[in-house]
Amino acid sequence: MGGDIIEVENLTHAFDGFQAVKGISFSVREGEIFSFLGPNGAGKSTTINVLITLLPLQSGRVRIAGYDVAREPARVRESIGVVFQNEVLDRDLTVRETMEFHGRLYGIPRDERRAKIEEMLGIVKLTGKRDERTKNLSGGMKRRLEIARGLMTQPQVLFLDEPTIGLDPQTRLKMWDYIEQVNEAGTTIFLTTHYMDEADTLSDRISIIDHGEIVTTGTPDSLKNALGEDVIYLETTDNRAAEKALGSLKSVRNTMASPRGLVVTITEDGSRCLPAVIDRVRGEGIAIRSVNLKKPSMDDVFVHYTGRELRDTGEAGRGGS
Amino acid sequence: MAFLTIYWRDMIRFVRFRALLFSSLLQPALWMAFFGVAMSSNFDRLTSAVPVPAGAFSVEYLTFMAAGVIAMTTLFTSLFGGISLLFDKNWGLMREMMASPIPRTDIMIGISLSGMTKSFIQVLIIMVFGLLIGVNFFPGYPPLQIAYSVLGLLLFVGVFSLGFLFLSSTISMRMESPEGLQGVITLLTLPLFFVSNALYPIQAFPPFLQALSVLNPLTYLVTGIRYFTIGSDFFAIGTHYSYTAIDILIAFGALATFTTVMYAVAWQTFRKAVIT
Ligand SMILES: Nc1ncnc2c1ncn2[C@@H]1O[C@H](COP(=O)(O)OP(=O)(O)OP(=O)(O)O)[C@@H](O)[C@H]1O
Ligand SMILES: [Mg+2]
Repeated sequence: MGGDIIEVENLTHAFDGFQAVKGISFSVREGEIFSFLGPNGAGKSTTINVLITLLPLQSGRVRIAGYDVAREPARVRESIGVVFQNEVLDRDLTVRETMEFHGRLYGIPRDERRAKIEEMLGIVKLTGKRDERTKNLSGGMKRRLEIARGLMTQPQVLFLDEPTIGLDPQTRLKMWDYIEQVNEAGTTIFLTTHYMDEADTLSDRISIIDHGEIVTTGTPDSLKNALGEDVIYLETTDNRAAEKALGSLKSVRNTMASPRGLVVTITEDGSRCLPAVIDRVRGEGIAIRSVNLKKPSMDDVFVHYTGRELRDTGEAGRGGS
Repeated sequence: MAFLTIYWRDMIRFVRFRALLFSSLLQPALWMAFFGVAMSSNFDRLTSAVPVPAGAFSVEYLTFMAAGVIAMTTLFTSLFGGISLLFDKNWGLMREMMASPIPRTDIMIGISLSGMTKSFIQVLIIMVFGLLIGVNFFPGYPPLQIAYSVLGLLLFVGVFSLGFLFLSSTISMRMESPEGLQGVITLLTLPLFFVSNALYPIQAFPPFLQALSVLNPLTYLVTGIRYFTIGSDFFAIGTHYSYTAIDILIAFGALATFTTVMYAVAWQTFRKAVIT
């Protein structure tokens, strides 16, 4: 892993006076998978559009692969690949022609291009659809084609705007696989998503973005651990006595009796506190019937930082831009 | 050479949209077959009363107007040519090109060259169709001169169509909807067409309209086409037409100037275009 391949300082972007991006700063290290996690309208696509030089830089500073987007946009474009949030496929071209067109746009020599097209179509399992017009592909196939296209140029940085939107769970998992493969082959990935599990599984680091601002950044684990709200579920022979015994333990924030057992909220890393909790309960002569440790999910992290749940966004589909 | 990629893709679409292909070829043929043949019998009856000097070369109206139909078709196709860009823009396809490393002006150049190719195909088909229904193009020319004339004609058609394709690209990039483009095209074509020498001589125009027709690129295209297809000295609908080499050079210069200006305008538009 090298230095920073994406550097963003104080990026602001407004549409007719409406501030869609409000002075964000972040950087992505070479070789990383970096995610923007945020709800609809958070400013994810707007940020991507500035980074890939489709929107002019209004204020702030952005460097991609060492090139300034305002001063050397052509260099930036040579270094990147993009998979857009909305479908960008010519309905009347075949799958092969779609790839061919893209390869030509990036100046890949003919023989290399042909080989690459076959290779990429093989990876996304579209070889059999080579001569089909794109309008006859299913939604998932279209997305796979777009991803194959984005990957064929072997960019230094690949921007994926909600790459798995509209895909079935199986295909999503495969997509994650491809994305990881590509990343292992050396491409830095910047992706936006509003799927918690996607951000959690794929990313080396995540920024949570809301209302045009980055509210927090970190690795998935550090974000979850930072909440300090691991929860232990205990079932004992005497829940009431156990609750009393745990009350004096320093790492325990709160205990609550529930019909099925005892819910213990921990202020530190739960996996480290668990032995102490068990020892304490057993020390009082109370037998434990079952233990369950639950770490906070990305959902919990998200709710914590944005004050709301990320509902409905899953159905929003490929709207916005 | 990135414009070749854009060109390639646009030509694939042209060949693939069969309906568009045929209608674009059928329309001028219908003009020739109905309007041309019908008007010919009228005009030729009226003008047969006008004496033509002995020994002078005279052509019938069908031949005279065939040159106009070629010009009109070129105008129409070219003004429409930029619509590819409008669709690319509205369907989001242009983002792929705009985010790629190709120079953005290559997008417009590629689309314009494919538009020019379409005009060439149309013009050649109209000429063949015209010859079949009795248009007297290339009267008595030896094969070599026919080849040379066709090349000259295509040169005029090419420069003219590029100019209007650049114009059409500019409008398309600034328009939101195909209906808007359609409106502008309608607004432009009718005056361009009628204030020109495409269907009738301008010598009989009132001075004001004559002045306008001098500013009309279509007039220069028609002049070029008649020079190459009919000759430098002939009579049609009772009017004497004679072109010197200088006239033709001026006509070509006028078209080239028009096209250069349109290129500059389109270039500016593309450089500043923001497509998301
Ligand atoms: N071209 C535009 N003109 C005006 N407002 C815009 C434009 N593009 C985006 N916006 C606004 O900017 C805000 C951020 O939009 P953006 O598309 O960046 O959100 P997003 O995070 O990508 O959301 P989603 O998850 O729905 O794709 C929204 O309020 C949107 O309405
Ligand atoms: Mg978006």
